[in-house]
Amino acid sequence: MQQFIQNLAAKHQYQATHLLEILREIQARYHHISADAIELLAPLLKIQRTQIISVVEFYSFFTDSPRGQYELLISDSITDHMLGKKNLMEYIVGKLKVSVGGVRGDGLVSLDNTSCSGMCDQGPAGLVNGYALTRLDEPRIDAIAELIDQQIPLADWPAEFFQVDDNIQKLGLLLNKQIVHGEGLKTALARGLKATLAEIDQSGLRGRGGAGFKTAMKWQFCSEEAETERYVVCNADEGEPGTFKDRVLLNSYAHQVFEGMTLCAAIIGSKKGFLYLRGEYLHLVDKLQSVLDERRQFGLLGNNILDRLDFDIEIRLGAGAYICGEESALIESLEGKAGIPRNRPPYPVSQGYLGKPTVVNNVETFYAAAAIAVNGGDWFASVGTQKSKGSKILSICGDCARPGIYEYPFGTSMQEILTDCGAEDVLGLQIGGPSGTFISNQEFDRKLAFEDLATGGSFIVFNNSRSILDIAHNFTHFFAHESCGFCTPCRVGTSLLRQQLDKIVDGHGSAGDVVALEELCQLVKTHSHCGLGQTAANPVLTTLERYPELYQSQLKLISYEPGFDLDAALETARRMANRDDAGAHLAQTDVE
Amino acid sequence: MTKTITIDGNTIPFEDGQTIMEAATAAGVYIPHLCHNPEYTPHGSCKLCTIRVNGRVCSACTFPAAEGQDVLNNTKDLNDDRQKITQMLFVEGNHFCPSCEKTGNCQLQAVAYHLNMLDNHFPHFYAHRNMDASHHDVLIDHNRCIFCTLCVRASQQKDGKDVFAISGRGINKHLIVNAQSGQLKDTDLEASDQAAHICPTGAILIKRTGYSVPIGERIYDHKQINEVSLAGESSALLKEKDHG
Repeated sequence: MQQFIQNLAAKHQYQATHLLEILREIQARYHHISADAIELLAPLLKIQRTQIISVVEFYSFFTDSPRGQYELLISDSITDHMLGKKNLMEYIVGKLKVSVGGVRGDGLVSLDNTSCSGMCDQGPAGLVNGYALTRLDEPRIDAIAELIDQQIPLADWPAEFFQVDDNIQKLGLLLNKQIVHGEGLKTALARGLKATLAEIDQSGLRGRGGAGFKTAMKWQFCSEEAETERYVVCNADEGEPGTFKDRVLLNSYAHQVFEGMTLCAAIIGSKKGFLYLRGEYLHLVDKLQSVLDERRQFGLLGNNILDRLDFDIEIRLGAGAYICGEESALIESLEGKAGIPRNRPPYPVSQGYLGKPTVVNNVETFYAAAAIAVNGGDWFASVGTQKSKGSKILSICGDCARPGIYEYPFGTSMQEILTDCGAEDVLGLQIGGPSGTFISNQEFDRKLAFEDLATGGSFIVFNNSRSILDIAHNFTHFFAHESCGFCTPCRVGTSLLRQQLDKIVDGHGSAGDVVALEELCQLVKTHSHCGLGQTAANPVLTTLERYPELYQSQLKLISYEPGFDLDAALETARRMANRDDAGAHLAQTDVE
Repeated sequence: MTKTITIDGNTIPFEDGQTIMEAATAAGVYIPHLCHNPEYTPHGSCKLCTIRVNGRVCSACTFPAAEGQDVLNNTKDLNDDRQKITQMLFVEGNHFCPSCEKTGNCQLQAVAYHLNMLDNHFPHFYAHRNMDASHHDVLIDHNRCIFCTLCVRASQQKDGKDVFAISGRGINKHLIVNAQSGQLKDTDLEASDQAAHICPTGAILIKRTGYSVPIGERIYDHKQINEVSLAGESSALLKEKDHG
């Protein structure tokens, strides 16, 4: 192992900023990051062992104890559940003879849950040693069990197990009009960079990750900073459950995304860019590297681009942490640290990567910017609403006949989208993922727009067979799992929310428990440090607002019910006293 | 001309580069806090210093003061929420004030009294946490850690060491020490280090000094935390260091 780690560190030029990349390779090789590995690595990277430990313990894809040679993770998104994940998981446990969270005795296979893996249109999905598995069903699990028992290398597994389809269903403004490679840069340079920034301003383009900050303004701010070492970062950490449009953009339109990044570099004066790709999209890396190589060959990347510009792009992978979609947490992660959101101000445009001015934009934002450079601001602004110009690319999944990618002008009604994707008997929609809004079937005249229903791309349809409380339950557990733990209201609050909601859903709630739940929601929403905590209560708040009777009906008709199972709590005492008579048991309440 | 902000309607001067916390403290206005200490880089994690700046929720310890800010600090709504955030810290760990040797010198306890916290409100987590008594002079009781990182910062910024770090994610956050064994005795921590004395709760304690000052004669037995804080946190710390 010493030689392996020595070579690995050398390959990464002993850069501590590459810590996640290095740890990914150690995990892939040894299926955990041992204490010995940490001791070897720390001096090579000239960092404290505590920094490595804190990174290992932060990211879901790193483990400090050995996992199986085949690390199997099953996506726990609500959409996977709607496709039968629960039963499938039970089947896997039986078939592979391994418990959830466990490693099989022979060390060959380990099994666990993972947050949404971005395959919601072709689930139930999973990951094996980091590579995406789609359309899992019992026959496929049987085959996988066989492959594992025979210790067949992943490279020799059937390709269809790893097949990821684009499922592009509806083209719009952007997807209809691909730009020719290099056209965006050439047009921008011919027009002038200032004039091109003015076109982007004129287009009204706002950040497509969901927050909606004006793109031109961000680029302008960054270009005005005194510090001239500047960075461009493309946020491809698409972790919001139900979102997979960046997966498709990067699979089939990566040239235009990289062109948008290069355009940004020309405008803000940057020599170096990063594509921060979520670890779940490991399967895209080779393809993306070859696109980057092609662009270097075309003279569209690297030194002396179109005789005007030096700029190159490096791909960096995440390791299973939703919080890294938050731009300052993403920057921390790029620097080789745990993804903990920074205090703001200062904002990344003035102090981002390594403390230098940095533009962080979503994949779709760069993709749109490249098209705007070619076609002009008015072309883009002619579509959409007053406050939301242009189009939005949605990833639609859940209860509909045609899940996949749809592009719509802003201002399109929910009803039109539902008709297009073949949704029937609809109960409601989750717009913008768990951090967004749940709307009921009484609201389908509402519009896709920053000023009405904003989304980073997630659009999940639920039909009338689904339970509102199951949805809120899944999302609330998701946030408690993904909270980074930095601030008190989110660290403790999301766990309390999970506990309080479980109490009600499990039928232990009594009068006052819904009020307590709502109070807690407001506290977490108001006081949390970043967007994760500020939106973690949305699944409960938006469903409670619409279906208060549903929550109330879960409550027992008594004034107070203990929040835990009284009788179960006595189990230890019974065992120690060697008693199991009636007197050694307690009823949950006096009323019962 | 002096630049000013208003806090709860009172005009307060500030200098460029000051945070709202710094401007407030200099003007004798107390804003509750736990992870903040004027001698260290602000952290902004405990969220007790939550204020409203022109309506927007901010952390006073990290947010820069700027001309024209209208700050709300000592309001019923904010203090109610601060009380709940303090209660969150109490239920997350295992804090048994009557049996804790830090009682009376504990900032968590003192801020809870200041905010009139009379119960824990939320259900307890009953987290299983360990102690590290391996070091000859210093004890870590993880039950009482609130992840404020003051020991981390003190070790780095004052002691020129790197003894502590916070690891883990979400509710699994925990304090770790910089030793291959994971034990405090194998770090270069010394009892005279600032990091050994900075803990606002009883998570890091100097051994054999717990009761050298009797209960009833301790810092917060006679003074509210706002008085002590405004009188200078550093002098309070020195006093604690002398008297245990």
